[in-house]
Amino acid sequence: MTTPEDRAPGEAEPFSETGEGHGTGVLVYTIGLGVAVLLTATSFWVANTPALWGPGVGLGLAVLAVAQMGVHLVFFLHITTGPDNTNNVLALAFGLLIVFVVMFGSLWIMNNLNENMMPSPDLMNLHMQR
Amino acid sequence: MNLLGNLGWDALPWSQPLPLISGIAVFAIVIAIVAWIFVKGHFPYLWREWITSVDHKRIGIMYIMLALIMLLRGFTDAIMMRLQQAMAAGGAQGYLPPDHFSQIFSAHGTIMIFFMAMPLLIGLMNFVLPLQLGIRDVAFPTLNSVSFWLTASGVLLINLSLLIGDFSKAGWVAYPPLSELQFSPGVGVDYYLWALQISGVGTLMTGINFVTTILKLRAPGMGYMRMPVFCWTALATNLLIVAAFPVLTATFAMLLLDRYLGFHFFTVDAGGNAMMYVNLFWVWGHPEVYILVLPAFGIFSEVIATFSGKPLFGYRSMVAATMAICILSFLVWLHHFFTMGASANVNGFFGVMTMIIAVPTGVKVFNWLFTMYGGRVRYNTPILWSIGFMITFVIGGMTGVLMAVPPADFQLHNSLFLVAHFHNVIIGGVVFGAMAGLNYWFPKAFGFTLHEGWGRASFWCWLIGFYTAFMPLYALGLMGMTRRMQHYDDVTWQPWLIVAALGAFIILAGVVCQIIQLVVSVRAREQNRDLTGDPWNGRTLEWSTASPPPPWNFAVLPQVEDKDAFWVWKEQQRTGQHAPVAPRDYEAIEMPKNSPAGFIIAFFAVMAGFAMIWHIWWMAGIGVLGIFATMLAYAFRHEEETEIPAGELARFDREHPVRHESEAEAAA
Repeated sequence: MTTPEDRAPGEAEPFSETGEGHGTGVLVYTIGLGVAVLLTATSFWVANTPALWGPGVGLGLAVLAVAQMGVHLVFFLHITTGPDNTNNVLALAFGLLIVFVVMFGSLWIMNNLNENMMPSPDLMNLHMQR
Repeated sequence: MNLLGNLGWDALPWSQPLPLISGIAVFAIVIAIVAWIFVKGHFPYLWREWITSVDHKRIGIMYIMLALIMLLRGFTDAIMMRLQQAMAAGGAQGYLPPDHFSQIFSAHGTIMIFFMAMPLLIGLMNFVLPLQLGIRDVAFPTLNSVSFWLTASGVLLINLSLLIGDFSKAGWVAYPPLSELQFSPGVGVDYYLWALQISGVGTLMTGINFVTTILKLRAPGMGYMRMPVFCWTALATNLLIVAAFPVLTATFAMLLLDRYLGFHFFTVDAGGNAMMYVNLFWVWGHPEVYILVLPAFGIFSEVIATFSGKPLFGYRSMVAATMAICILSFLVWLHHFFTMGASANVNGFFGVMTMIIAVPTGVKVFNWLFTMYGGRVRYNTPILWSIGFMITFVIGGMTGVLMAVPPADFQLHNSLFLVAHFHNVIIGGVVFGAMAGLNYWFPKAFGFTLHEGWGRASFWCWLIGFYTAFMPLYALGLMGMTRRMQHYDDVTWQPWLIVAALGAFIILAGVVCQIIQLVVSVRAREQNRDLTGDPWNGRTLEWSTASPPPPWNFAVLPQVEDKDAFWVWKEQQRTGQHAPVAPRDYEAIEMPKNSPAGFIIAFFAVMAGFAMIWHIWWMAGIGVLGIFATMLAYAFRHEEETEIPAGELARFDREHPVRHESEAEAAA
């Protein structure tokens, strides 16, 4: 008797694949495509519209970009909360963690190095005049 | 326009007799071997059974052979450096000019990390993983073959630099601005970059392949918490490969853009920042250390449990420690450049993280000790390597924690103390682990055990040689000697360096013992046949099949009911709890077909890499097109699998009866 946690991928699925047949598959991709196109179109509109406060445009684009990533993950890469998706979700979480560690770590380190290693403004001025 | 780019007769080292003669000798030997293979008509066999093979066991063995040959090459470099430093004291210049010495230490580091340690452990993982998981192959068998041949391409490129042109003089890390075009105008750095880019792609694909295999293909019933520890460490290693190698590829791509297209990522002028290279290099570089040592930890876990006749102590804490190391290894990289000018806050954070990562490693050491405690330990060669590892690695770990203290590191940075430290952990951890693994799994791979006496002799030479070679370097580091010195003025250093050179020669004796061990074992193979498939009274599934295993590994996939699946099964057989084995119900199975895709892609990759190094643009174009065309042709293949009929499976099992009842039972 195997409990669900001990079930390995090689074993027969205890539940059938009725959740996602071929008919619904096409529908899922179509909805995904629609939402992705909508988000892309919106971002072009945001970039050019006078309706938004100028400095807020960048933020708006960032929000749209994150939403776009979410749409791709859910509709095209099929990241769901289903029990068979733990691997994918964990892999995504690990990837995000590493990306953030590398990005923010590098920014922190390089910023710190620049602050410490850059000569004082007077010295820099002297250097540039040479 | 010159059709051959920068390549000309002056690419050969006419003025330097040493590289010229050794280079020509090596190439003559290689050509002679290839010619012998063709003349004797061995080529069709090699092509059919090995070169185009997609069998994970064959690919694993080829990886290991490649790594052992590169071990000899890298070790030759080491002996040359030790001799040079033993001689060049005071006014003496030794026998290697600075130009040549710089190439040797660069080649030694590059080869030992990328083309010895990596292929050795990837080879062991390749051979063992599917067998331990109780499956018939990895997730993507042809991709596996492509990975291997791309690694071999990198090896070929780096060794071509022996004769054609020269190698990098910028160290194995190739820091800019030294590695930029302005200060390294020759082809050396290009050889380094292209060899590592090509083999790096292969390594990344291996990582993806193994992660998929472990997550998706395990024997029925093998849940995560029933996987052998080697599979867990392999999972962690391959997750690290997938996460870290793209960083290296991107960093090298930026340096290549600097060198080829006049970009300014890491240059001194025009807004470049060389420190960014150092930062990104170690974002890859520190996880790389754990990529190498985690599989070795897995090997020790298997070896120690098997030869102590006990289950591994603290299986769950071992798994937790492995995964903790997997995450933490990405949070310590700055300790490789404490002295580069970061503030005390940054240095302090990374110093503390470095000390924290020693904790899970310590947990592992105690687990191994408690596994041996109370066990009936059989002192065979693999466990000698494991005990040698535990002592040596703990010393190396402690010097590492010492250097994790930033103020201490300011004294020790780039000194021979550092060199001694990382050889202490890499030889004591990775190499000892690989040697334990080779002695442990050799009977599984070839069907006969290795000679015990020569194995022990080799271990003792390596152990004593290691301490003789590297303990003096700790002292020299504290005395202020920096790494990579072609000559030095302080004659009081010379006695230490002579002792170190002596140590290198004791290790050489160990290497010679290993070669003798191999020859003696092959000659006496009939006496040492492993007919049971289980020579060590093993615990995991690889010992439940014949030695050597058939191409399909398991005629019937094993049912796993607990961790240490094979051991539990044997115990149940012995105590009669298990129902007698029913006659096996054979069904035809499908195995992936052999494919020359990997070899052809590697051929074009070498062509493209060589052409890029020498700026032969048309040839680079042909190489890239050839790779693309091969992939396209492979994608349109018609059949990818061959069927092995049930009768053949049954016949193999009849001819190779696996004696599941172990020696323990016979003795009882």
